[in-house]
Amino acid sequence: MGLEDRQPMDASLKIVIVDKNPIRAAILEDGLREAGHVQVVRIDDTAHLLARVYATDPDVILIDLENPSRDVLEQMFQVSRAVRRPVAMFVDQSDSASIAAAVDAGVSAYIVGGLRKERVKNILDLCISRFNAFARLQDELDRTRSALEERKVIDRAKGILMTAKSLSEEAAYALLRKTAMNESKKIAEVAQSVITAAELFK
Amino acid sequence: MSRERLRIGYIPLADAAALIVAVDGGFTTAEGLDVELVREVSWSNIRDKLNVGVFDAAHLIAPIAIASSLGLGHVKVPIVAPFGLGMNGNAITVSPGLYAAIAAAADGSILDPMVSARALARVVANRKARGEGPLTFGMTFPFSTHNYHLRFWMAAGGVDPDEDVRLVVLPPPYMVESLASKHVDAFCVGAPWNSVAVDLGIGFILHFVSDILARAAEKVLGMRSSWTQENPDLVCRLVRAHQRAADFVEDVANREEVAAILAAPDRIGVAPEVLRRTLDGRMKVAPDGTMRASEHYLLVGRCGAARPDPAQAAWLYAQMVRWGQAPLSAELLTAAKAVFRPDLYDAALAAPASFVGEPADGIGAFAGPPFDPSDVATHLAAWDIKR
Repeated sequence: MGLEDRQPMDASLKIVIVDKNPIRAAILEDGLREAGHVQVVRIDDTAHLLARVYATDPDVILIDLENPSRDVLEQMFQVSRAVRRPVAMFVDQSDSASIAAAVDAGVSAYIVGGLRKERVKNILDLCISRFNAFARLQDELDRTRSALEERKVIDRAKGILMTAKSLSEEAAYALLRKTAMNESKKIAEVAQSVITAAELFK
Repeated sequence: MSRERLRIGYIPLADAAALIVAVDGGFTTAEGLDVELVREVSWSNIRDKLNVGVFDAAHLIAPIAIASSLGLGHVKVPIVAPFGLGMNGNAITVSPGLYAAIAAAADGSILDPMVSARALARVVANRKARGEGPLTFGMTFPFSTHNYHLRFWMAAGGVDPDEDVRLVVLPPPYMVESLASKHVDAFCVGAPWNSVAVDLGIGFILHFVSDILARAAEKVLGMRSSWTQENPDLVCRLVRAHQRAADFVEDVANREEVAAILAAPDRIGVAPEVLRRTLDGRMKVAPDGTMRASEHYLLVGRCGAARPDPAQAAWLYAQMVRWGQAPLSAELLTAAKAVFRPDLYDAALAAPASFVGEPADGIGAFAGPPFDPSDVATHLAAWDIKR
């Protein structure tokens, strides 16, 4: 479920986001605020996580799965002097698909103090869609970055060929492309071989 | 033979040795398995990813397998353990200040866990009398051997783990810095973290867990019960690969190679020397270089350690009941014992090695009567401190 088919949200809920990735946390916070949640608190210092959580006194806690401090939150299921308010994981015995979707997106949700699960379902769904959106963004960024790297490599290889074989820029590029096609390789791979070879012949 | 692709999760700890060596040492490949090892950062992640099927199997603290099967603290997904990855291997490390206080309050050798536990009770009482806050002990997970080992030890000396001290969950990689920053006064964790604290000069290893229990099931290779029913052949192949890997790990001649495999940056990622000491059971226990050796420090497949023992599952369930995590019932005890599957272990191996000898109850606790896995109520009746 995405933002488009959301139901009215519960603005009175206080939500804590525990995420060391500031960009992802910001994306999630924005999403929650757009959906009408005004009480959103981000915690990035996990050294005193329990104390921070108690000071904030949230209804819902969202934590990313890359965070080792998830195990610290699990302690809040227990009754002991270290724990003041019972917490449950957001799980629905009948709905393993939602757990799988959350695990897949890399996020987990905990609900505090006997809150009804229906009140939180929308928040988790929003969280999953924002985490997935962030992963896509990250992917795109990585691809853009590697495309940029490839362009640089190809430009260097072109320069080497132009000097060594007195070729025009177009002819140098055509040579790289032809070689790549003949060897079923990417142009960037051939370009890298040219650079490596040139280094060896220095 | 077609190669079966499997994904197995683990936490970077020394007792993942049989699993890591099974894969990186080629033992799973020899069984026609193509295993992808996935390093995880929390036990919660391991549990969830095993439960929903992202992992086919996982390096799991034994109590999590039981808790998941009983539906304690989380969604109920029956997990079974056809192979024990390790017995013992945990240690209790304390700050220099607490070490000195316990030593000063002791009426005998603090190598004796009863002496150290009683000394801890005196330290706790003195702090209370002076109006100081409670000592804080770190452990790894609510359903963890570390939690139960700490509680069993201190309660035997008269310290109530819920009233007299604070027990807090800390991810293993944060243990050492938490001790250094005085966020905790002590912790119970597996290797290599105790050694890391000692090497930094900020901790003393007070006890090996083998001082507290002669045999304590620690990590298991956990799988969804439904998965083992659908894939009996894969279970056999995994058990065989792990037994061969465990034998390889235990052969002293291979130590150098094993330590190098485990130390790789994308595996456990600590100095090979620290892992070597752990496998040898030859540990530096104090910052001044004092060494202590114990052949029972960590058992990887030796002495029948790989064969799951339902009595161990019963002992862990008894601790869950003692500390208020689970109700006492015959059904739950049966379900807990059924998590440990010696039958699956035996079915996979031509000559399965089972444990015989001392301790007679298979547990060997330093305090209390011998453990009877069919009678948890008697075990609980032996203790004043319980929930």
